[in-house]
Parts: sequence; C-alpha cells; structure tokens
Amino acid sequence: MLALFLRETRLGTRAGSGALTGVLFFLAVVAVIPFGVGPDLNLLARIGPAILWIGALLASLLGLERLFQADREDGSLDLLLIAGSRHMVALTVFVKCLAHWAVNVLPLVAVTPLLGLFMNVEPVGIMAATLTLLVGTPAITFIGAVGAALAVALPRGGLLVSVLILPLVIPVLIFGVAAARGAIADPDPFLPPFLILAALTLLFAVIGPLAAALALRWSGD
Amino acid sequence: MRFAAEELGGERGGEPVFSGVSFALSGGEALMVTGPNGAGKSTLLRVLCGLLPASEGVVHLSGGGEEWPDAAAACHYLGHRNAMKTALSVTENLVFWQDFLGHGHLSPQEALETVGLDDIGHLPFGYLSTGQRRRAAIARLLVSYRPVWLLDEPTSGLDKASEAQFAALMGVHLEDGGIIVAATHLPLGLDGARELRLGGAR
Repeated sequence: MLALFLRETRLGTRAGSGALTGVLFFLAVVAVIPFGVGPDLNLLARIGPAILWIGALLASLLGLERLFQADREDGSLDLLLIAGSRHMVALTVFVKCLAHWAVNVLPLVAVTPLLGLFMNVEPVGIMAATLTLLVGTPAITFIGAVGAALAVALPRGGLLVSVLILPLVIPVLIFGVAAARGAIADPDPFLPPFLILAALTLLFAVIGPLAAALALRWSGD
Repeated sequence: MRFAAEELGGERGGEPVFSGVSFALSGGEALMVTGPNGAGKSTLLRVLCGLLPASEGVVHLSGGGEEWPDAAAACHYLGHRNAMKTALSVTENLVFWQDFLGHGHLSPQEALETVGLDDIGHLPFGYLSTGQRRRAAIARLLVSYRPVWLLDEPTSGLDKASEAQFAALMGVHLEDGGIIVAATHLPLGLDGARELRLGGAR
C-alpha cells in the first residue's frame, strides 16, 4: 500500500500531471473577488472565509475525474481490482484518495494563508480557515472518489463528476464555513461546527472508498 | 493444482458472447483459446480472472492451499493494455507492481534481462516502442509469482526473436507446474498445448 501511495504521488508530481492547475484556479477565483465586490474592506473580511472555502472546494473538484480514469486507460485498474483478495479494493481506493489529496489539495491548503491576506481576513480568521480546510477537504476527495468511480467509463465525465458530488459536499461546505466564521464573528461558536466537520470527514473516509470500490467492481467491461 | 471451468458462460452488455465452455487444467498444462474476432476470447479471460461476472457456470481453483484461495488471487492477467504508467520509468513500474502484487519472484532487473530490456530500465515507459512496451509488460509476469497466467494476445507487437523468447518463458513457467490460458490468433510455439475453439461470431 505504501508502494501505491508513493507511485501515485510520484505520478502526481511528474511533468504533465496538472497538479498545479488547482492552485492556479484557486488563486484566480480568490484574486478576482475583491475586484468584483469593490474596495469595501469590511465586507471582504466578512465574506473572506466563505470565499476561501468556495474557491478551495471548486479547485479541489478539478482533476478528480482522472482519479481512476487514467488507471483504466492503461489497464492498471484491472490489475488493482484483480488484486482485491490481497489488498481490499476499498483500501486501494482510500490510498489513492489520500495520495490525490496530498498532491492536489494539500497545496490549496498551503496557499490559503496568502489568499486570506488578499481578502483582508484577520490572522485568527486565516488560521481558522486554513485549519478547517485542512480537516474538511479530505471529505471532498473521498466523496469525489465515488463520482469518479461512477463516471470512470465516460470519456468526458469531468463536469458530470462535479455535478454528481456537489450536493454531497454541501454539508462539508456549510460546517467548514460556519467553523471558520465562528473563529472571528463573536457570538458564533467555533468548536461545534469544527467537530461536525471532522466527523463528516471521518464518515466519508469510510463510506466513500467502500462505495467507490463497489462502483468500480460493477464498471467492469 | 487444478484450474477448471464448468459450463461457463459470459456476456457483454447483456448480450451472451459464449456459453457452455468447460475445461480442466492441472499444473504444467496450457490452453490456447482461439476463434474469430468477437467470439469472446477476451471476455472469457476476463471472466476467468473475475473482472466480469460469469452469466452461468463456475470457475474453480483447487489445490492452491491458503496461498492461492481462488482464481483471482492466483492469476496474472496480461490484457491488451500494458498496465504501465508512461510517466514512470520501466524499473519504477516494475518495482511498484512487485511491491503491490507480492510474492516476489525475479528482481525487476533480472526480469528486464530475461526479456532483453536490461539497458533501458531507466527510460520512461512512454519512450518505448510498441514491442518494447509489450516486453516490459511481460516482465511484470516475472517480478511476482502467480501459478496461473491469463494472456490476452500476448505476442501482439513482438518480433520473431521476442516471440521465441516469450515461448521459452512460457515453457519454463509450465515446467515449474504453472498453468497458462492464452487467447491468441498466432501460434505461440507451445508444444502439447490444448486448444479451445470458441465458435460462431455474433
């Protein structure tokens, strides 16, 4: 399994993998918001955490559809499925998700503090947004794995995957933003939504790979 | 070890492709699956390794002990696609498959020497020619051990010398008590292999 993780991260960081696309997209979304809403610093500070979350959410949907498609095209997926009695397929999916998150989504979390400055979010808010993204984005990847597995046989499944999983990631977005805002807006609490966010991630870390493994099993042709 | 299929039937997209296929192979035996295009050769192999559900009948593997509990666990599948990443080097690909598949047999370097690719192990897989890619995929069969080899047109893209080399490899595998099921149009140069002819195309 460590071998699989290393292979996936190595593939993700080699030339042509598009791992930086997400970061650039995130940067683009957040950078144009201040031009769009105007120079009202208080307004920016208030909507800042939400914008960071929406940007990171959309950016982390990019490239999700390639999660299994690349393996299917070169035949690796067949072998990963055949090896199911040695490495449970759900576990294989879990490791692939972790590697995908580490390569494609973790950089988004890493640039969040910088982008938070663009949005005039105060330091505590930036810390909170980064922390909630760190805890919440794995859930998006695990849910996305289900969509990617369902659409694995479709040649242009990219947008379909995003639309399929969007309803499921809404709770993650709600509690992520609620926790991030709770850290700066006084009456709102930080801890309860943050704990629910962590619970969502743990829940989807179990359900997502299991469902994706089932979908891959039945996608055989 | 005994690898058998009883009254096996397979379908693709709800259309039956073949049915009533039975055979039994014990260690050291090979089966050539022949037939016209669309006769279901590839589908049969995919059913045998469990990638597709059988529409009727069963696949058995007995005598494998705890190490090889069922057909899927005991088989190497070499499909049309080579299951190698073009961005990684040949050696990196083989090292990964050896780690992932377990039951290490030859080292990646030895396997590459066996298929005559020992001097290009450092190149990205994407730089290789069609025949070289096929030989690298064949090297995957050697880095980890499986008693049953399911081969789908294994020699496509290979030149005469490599074909002979591959025939010798299969011979060694059979001598070790292995089992081979190969779908092919071309004679593979295996003496004493049985033949299963899948009939009538759709």
